[in-house]
Formats: sequence, structure tokens, C-alpha cells
Amino acid sequence: MKYDTIIIGGGLSGLVAGVKLASANRKVAIITSGQSALHFSSGSFSLLSKVEGEKVSDPIEALAKLPEAHPYRKIGSENVRNLASDVPHLFAKAGVLLNGNASECHYRLTPLGLWEPTWLTIDTLAACTDPRNCPWRNAVIVNFKGYLDFYPEYLADGLNKMGFTTRCEEVTLPELTRLRKSTSEMRAASIAKVLRGNTLESLAAELLRVSGDADVIFMPAVIGLKSNAETDRLSQLVDKAIRYVPVIPMSVVGVRAESMLRRLFESLGGTYLLGDSVKSGDFKGNRLQSVRTVNLGENTPLEADQFILATGSFFSQGLVAKPDAIVEPVFGLDVECTATRPERYNKDFFGPQAYMRFGVKTDSDFRVSLGGKTIENLRAIGAILAGADALKEGSGAGIATITALHAAQRILS
Amino acid sequence: MNHTQPTPHYDVIVIGAGATGAGTARDCAMRGLKVLLVERFDFTAGATGRNHGLLHSGARYAVTDQESASECIRENMILRKIASHCVEETGGLFVTLPDDDLAYQSTFVESCKKAGINAEIIDPKEAIALEPAVNPAIIGAVKVPDGAVDPFRLTTANAIAARRNGADILTYHEVTKLNMSQGRVTGVTLRDQRTGEEKRIDSDLVINAGGIWGHGICALAGIKVNMFPAKGALLIFGHRVNNVVINRCRKPADADILVPGDTISLIGTTSSRVPYDQVDNMEVTPEEVDILLREGCQIAPALAYTRILRAYAGVRPLVAADNDPSGRSISRGIVCLDHATRDGVEGFITITGGKLMTYRLMAEWATDLACKKLGRDAKCETATTPLPGSEVTDSNAPVSHGKRHIIELPTDQKAAQGRHGTMTADIDFEANNESLVCECEEVSVGEIRYAIRELHANNLVNLRRRTRLGMGTCQGCLCACRAASILGNELGDHAHALRDLCNFLNERWKGMLPVAWGQTLVEAQFSSWLYEGVCGLDPDTLPPSRTTETPTHAQPSSTAKA
Repeated sequence: MKYDTIIIGGGLSGLVAGVKLASANRKVAIITSGQSALHFSSGSFSLLSKVEGEKVSDPIEALAKLPEAHPYRKIGSENVRNLASDVPHLFAKAGVLLNGNASECHYRLTPLGLWEPTWLTIDTLAACTDPRNCPWRNAVIVNFKGYLDFYPEYLADGLNKMGFTTRCEEVTLPELTRLRKSTSEMRAASIAKVLRGNTLESLAAELLRVSGDADVIFMPAVIGLKSNAETDRLSQLVDKAIRYVPVIPMSVVGVRAESMLRRLFESLGGTYLLGDSVKSGDFKGNRLQSVRTVNLGENTPLEADQFILATGSFFSQGLVAKPDAIVEPVFGLDVECTATRPERYNKDFFGPQAYMRFGVKTDSDFRVSLGGKTIENLRAIGAILAGADALKEGSGAGIATITALHAAQRILS
Repeated sequence: MNHTQPTPHYDVIVIGAGATGAGTARDCAMRGLKVLLVERFDFTAGATGRNHGLLHSGARYAVTDQESASECIRENMILRKIASHCVEETGGLFVTLPDDDLAYQSTFVESCKKAGINAEIIDPKEAIALEPAVNPAIIGAVKVPDGAVDPFRLTTANAIAARRNGADILTYHEVTKLNMSQGRVTGVTLRDQRTGEEKRIDSDLVINAGGIWGHGICALAGIKVNMFPAKGALLIFGHRVNNVVINRCRKPADADILVPGDTISLIGTTSSRVPYDQVDNMEVTPEEVDILLREGCQIAPALAYTRILRAYAGVRPLVAADNDPSGRSISRGIVCLDHATRDGVEGFITITGGKLMTYRLMAEWATDLACKKLGRDAKCETATTPLPGSEVTDSNAPVSHGKRHIIELPTDQKAAQGRHGTMTADIDFEANNESLVCECEEVSVGEIRYAIRELHANNLVNLRRRTRLGMGTCQGCLCACRAASILGNELGDHAHALRDLCNFLNERWKGMLPVAWGQTLVEAQFSSWLYEGVCGLDPDTLPPSRTTETPTHAQPSSTAKA
């Protein structure tokens, strides 16, 4: 099987690169194990919130303060600005509407009721440019009875601080009562599977009953696993603003964004190999010729002119930590990391962790190296890249999307 | 119930709520003394919460210390009866590896017999059938009555027993001063760790059960006890690798005991002397991790590819004989000091040395001495009276809680019963309380509320010790914020709960850090992304809580078992 480009990894970065390349009529395959960081996404994307602990007001301007080896620095400020403005358009094609822009941050409401600056937020989520001046002031916070992953009391604190009037209510439905019979079933994805079809009408009735004179309903983001159909329907049925608040994993909004991007990718002719993973590659000289996957086996190599590695960081298994080494498990690529175990970690859980910056070595064009040799047609994108502490910087989704668009651009030129 | 208002005068104040202190408070209270148990942090915050959880048969000490060995086997048999809900009768093996001297086996068995320990040589094949995780290359095996004991449950049960017999309990109260009058200890001055408030409480007698920290308590009375802090490091594995305790049949050395406990297995320990000023600051070094892992794999090869959940270290309060300031004749035996005869300070007793296994006997000795000094004549009944939670020893007895009409209990209730025994009857499992907070260890909302209301738990680390919350494979990643929300509601202080959430995550990380590779690092990174990223949690920008910070531990936060 021969492709123009094979992308290893189907998370945010891999999908964005896939959509971009497939839009340009390239024959693209994405090979994905099916789990990605999108599955615990907040539904907001950050570009750059902090540099060395200092809050950033203009992310693009602040890029210059990042270390030279940082992925953004390799792309350059002007390119980052242009690519950043492409991101909402690409998502809009998939039906995922993102509010926000790169030059001015807005604030998202976190599951713990804190207001965090961010770049883009999925349109139905609780976020505001100026939380003190949101269009609605009288809020009802509605939880489902027995659902433990949504914290009305923290949200009320966070909203009250911004001058909202708040009230907390609980609702339930026969469908959810059935779910509650099993002590571990009241989780986001299980609820989302129930809240659809006619159930939405009974939910709407309950929401209207408890919302009273409130002009906005805040509720857990546990509706709509695959598309916007459910949230759209609920908005039609309830004549009030509904703002969803992200919950602890699994993230229903993240899964929804992923499946909508995937559908766009496939509608553009892309091949999405779900539930498979690459186990080895065939290199010739400085080029990767083909890869072999677990499902297709030894005898069905997948060939391509260009390859993109978007397998993520440790939690996505893009990097694997061993007691005495950090390994890129697919090809054994060269990795940037510190030498010994104690150097990897900060004793303060909330302090900067050196391991967060670990990743594969790349040249200025994000081409990886193997045994000191640059591989000309294999680029790394997203969280597997070395040189960024995406968590401390608030740059994870920014790096994922912008390095993806950049790599696609380079391949297309 | 958790907010004891102390009365102005007690017969006895017991300092330290480890197993020994809680056991002493129980014994004193059962003998009719008016008791106050004080603890600077939480129950089991010291060495009690940082050991193997091994119900020693005594076999380990048989060759080197007959006295300790016979004490162990006697207490072993007692705990099986009085603390059945804290004990798992796993049985134990002493195995000889090809590198070990098989001749040691007969010396070992002989010594066991002499100490009254039923040690039976079995065919290595039989041992492998009994415990398939054991190294198949073993050349010898001896069966002994080892078991597993949960030190958290054991201590809590002792504290509850003390309370039921009229004792008062103050956790998070540090003794800052021993009140003295004319060469006599007349009580203590306590500092409430949450409010900073100081209070003076009088008593006829003070019993120091502070473990290694007892050294500092003695110093408050100008008394010197030769303590030799010995650090022991252990590793916790992510599931039960073995179901039978496996020991190495050789002279006690590093990492030669593998103990199953609840959902996990533990390998330990190392032993190294540490300076006293470091006892609040135990960290497991990479070298210790390497030794534990290397030696552990000798006993059970599967450890090489089993996920390590965390590492922790405790400090044994070893005491040198008074005539040996060098510490060469350190004993692991019980040391009960009457400071009136030893140092001329009346009204003050120190109970130390010993081990978790002999906590009850230590309590008995201390209480015997206390009664003698107070002129009370009361018999010790702790060896025959079951602890709260273990009253019903007939496992077929009807269960009188929750959904009694359902023959098979839901898993959360079964798990709770394993943890709290008959006390489970006090947990409300109805309707809104049955959702699971911690899925790894099946801890329900009802159990969390019960622990907060009845078991002196007022932060997440306490809840972990009472319920196993966050002790499983996710190490608190998913359950911590659920539990924090319940805690905030129960205490009516959400800001406190958020700060406490940060403390809890840091405490979990401390144990993960020394073994942060493979899935353990994945879990840690996931936690970071979830709490710092998705939730936006940052301890530096959180609002202050209404109550003063509850210090979970000594600074920096110390590690505890799983």
C-alpha cells in the first residue's frame, strides 16, 4: 500500500496534519491506537499563556522570549501567527466552532471554578473575554444526581467572584437512574450515551423546571459524543443560554472534536486506521521507506514518500520512560533528555518537571534523527517534540496544531 | 466526634497515635483510666504507616533474637483473634535460593521450634504450588504462620476502642511542652496545628509513645534516650504478585520479604542509620530502589515486569541499652522506661523499641506500669477483647447493613466490609451514597462520609489511610477531586478542600517520584495535565482557606504506605 504521507498518531496533531494534507488532495493515512490527549481535553486550546512563570498578554509577541530550541522558535513568530489564524478555519470545516483569537486571550471556566486564560474554546463551553461582563449574570448550576465529576460548589465560588448570582440544582431522569444502579456507571461517557434522542426532551423539561429566572444554565459537558446534534437540539428546546463546563476524563467535548475531525479527514479521502499501531520502520539511507503495523503484520508494509510522527508524550506512549533511559518506542529515535533519574523530576508536584521537556530531537524543519543521522522524510509534531514544557507554558494545543500545520505546509511545498 | 473538647484533667495523656499509642490509649481506657490520646498529625503518620504490613510469625527473628521471636508468635495468634478484620491469614514461606546456604535451613527451623513457631520444611515443588510467584529455582522451603496486617485499620480500630471506652482523642495537636512542677511531669502543652492555638492539659501521668519522635519528647523533659533511627525503604507493586508471604531463608538482609496486602504487594526493606534531624525527611534514593528491585526479583522474578506504584521509607525507633551509648547492642525488643527510677522525673513513661507486631504487648507493659504508678489494680484484657470491627468472628453471621435483602453485596459494600469489618454497619450505603469515589479500591461516597464523620479524617491523606482512597493504580488521579468535593461539603470549607487537594497530589507524587518510569510516569503526567492543565489548579494562586492550613505531615511532606 503506498501513500503520499503516513501519519503515525491520530490525536489533535495527527488529525490536523491529516486534514490539511488531505485537503490538498494528498493520499494520506493516519495510523492510530485510538487513544489521544483529546480524550481528556478541556475543550479549550492554549497557544502560550506563560513564559518562565510570567503571564503572557500577547502570545505572538512573547514567542521571542522562548528558548531557541522551542518548537515555536523553529517556526518563527510570523509563521506562528499565520498558522494560528488558520486553526479555527480548519476546525470550522469539521463543524467544530472555536471562539477566540491569538492576539487576545479569553478566559475559560475550569472544572474547579477557576478562570484560566486561553486561546480558542469550543463555542458551547463556559468561557468569556471578560468574565465580569458576560452577557448573562443570573446563573443556575445544574448537576445530575449521583454524578461525582462535576463540582457545583466550586463553580459557584468562581462565578460569584465574577459578580454572578448563582444557584445550584440537581436533576435526574429515569434513564440516568437506571445508570446509577451500577456504582461506577455515572461517568461522562456513559451519561453522554444516554442523553440523546427523546431523552433530550425530558432533560430540557427538567432544565426549564429548575432554571426559574436564571438567564444561563451551567452544566457538565457530558452531552454529544459524536457531533453537535445533541447540544444543538437541547439549545432549541431550552430557550436560555446553556454553557457546558468540562469535567474530569473522559472528555466528551474532546472525543466529539476528535470524531468530527476524523469524519472530515475521511470525507476528504483520508484513510484512518483505527486500533492499529506501528511497530517498526524500514529505513534506506536517510529515508524511511515503509512502516509495519501490528494489525497488518510483517507482510503488509505501508509505504509513503513522507512520514509524520505524532504519537504524543508519555501518557500517549509516544515516549517511554525506563529506569535509566527515555525511549521513543516506534523507531528508537534520538531523544533529548537528562542523564539520570533524579534530574528528571522536581520534588514539588506543581513545580517545573524536567521530564515534561523531553522529546525527540529534531532539526529546524522538525525532521527527526536516528543514531545521529537526520531522517529526511520523517517529521515529528505535537507533544513528542523536545524543548517545550507545554503544561507550564500553556502551549500544548498550540504546539500540536501549529507544528502540524507547519509540517503539512513543508510537505506540500 | 472529631472535635474533642479536652477536659482539664486526665489520669493519663498518651502522646503519639501510631499503633503503640492508640493501643496504649485503648488499654488504659479499658482499665478505667481517664485517657487523652494526642497526635501531632494523623493516626499512623509515623512508622506505623510505613512498614511491611507483615503479620510476623517471628520466624525472621528466631535465629538472632529468641525473645522477639516468641513475642511475635504469641501476638500473631492474638491479633488473628482480636483484629480479624485487619489480618489476612496468608501463611508464609522461607525459601532458600541456589545462592543461599541450605544448611541455614535446619538452624532456622530448630530456632523457630524453640520459640514456639510452627515451622515446617516442605518440598520446593510444594512451595511453588502454594505460591506460584516464587522463584522456581528455589532449593528449599519452610512453611510458617506469617500473614498480612493492615496497620492503618489496626490503629484506627484501637483508637475507636479507646474512644468507646471513654478516651478523648486529639489529632493535629503537637506537644510543645511537658508541663513540669517540682521535677514531675504534670501534663502537656498542646499546639493546635490548624489554628495555632495553645492549650495546657493536666494529667497524673504522661506516656510517651512517639516512636522515633519520642526522642524529642523525652528531650522536652531534659531526658536523653539513646535512639538510633534506622531507615527502611520499601516498594509497592501495582497488584498482588503473591498471595503467600515470601521470605528469604538467610540471615536478615536487604529486601528479603515480599508481603501481599489488599490489592498490592510490598518488597522490603533496606536498613540504614539516619541522623535524628533527618527523620521527618525520609526520601527513597535511587540506590535503594535498585537494591529493592534487584533483590526482590530474586524472590519473585515477576517483579521485574510488574508496575511499581510507589516507594516509601519509615524510621524504626531502635533503642540502645542505657549502658551502651555507642549503639552496638541495639535491640529490636520492647523498651519501657519509668523516668522516675531512670531519670528522677516522676509522672512520665516512655514506651518504645518493639515493632508493629508487638504493639499490643508494648501497650500492656506501659499500661501495667501506669496502673502501678497510679495505684490502680486492673487486669489487662486487650488480648482477649476483639477490636471494633472484629467483634463478630463468625463469617457466616448475618450482615446488618445496606442492602441486606441482597444475598451478594455490591462490590463497594464488600470492599468496605473488608476494611471496616463489623463497623461497616455504621456506613450509610443508601441511595446517594453508593456512587464510587475511588474505583481502584471501590470506595463509595458513604464510606468517605463515614470516615470524615466517625474516623477522625479531616483531609485527603487521612481519608486514604482510613479507606484506601487513592492507593490503587491511578494513585488518586481520578478520585482525588471527587473526594475533595465531598470533603469540602462535609467541612463546609471548599477553599480548604482545594488546598488539601494540592497537598494530597504532592504526597502521592512523593512516593511515585523514586519509581517514576513506565506506567507510573504516565500516571503522574496524566495527573499533572488533569489538575494543572484542565482544572487550572495552582497552589500559589489559591484563595486561603477559612481554617488554617492542616499540615498533612512534617515538612517536606512525608511518604506513607501506598
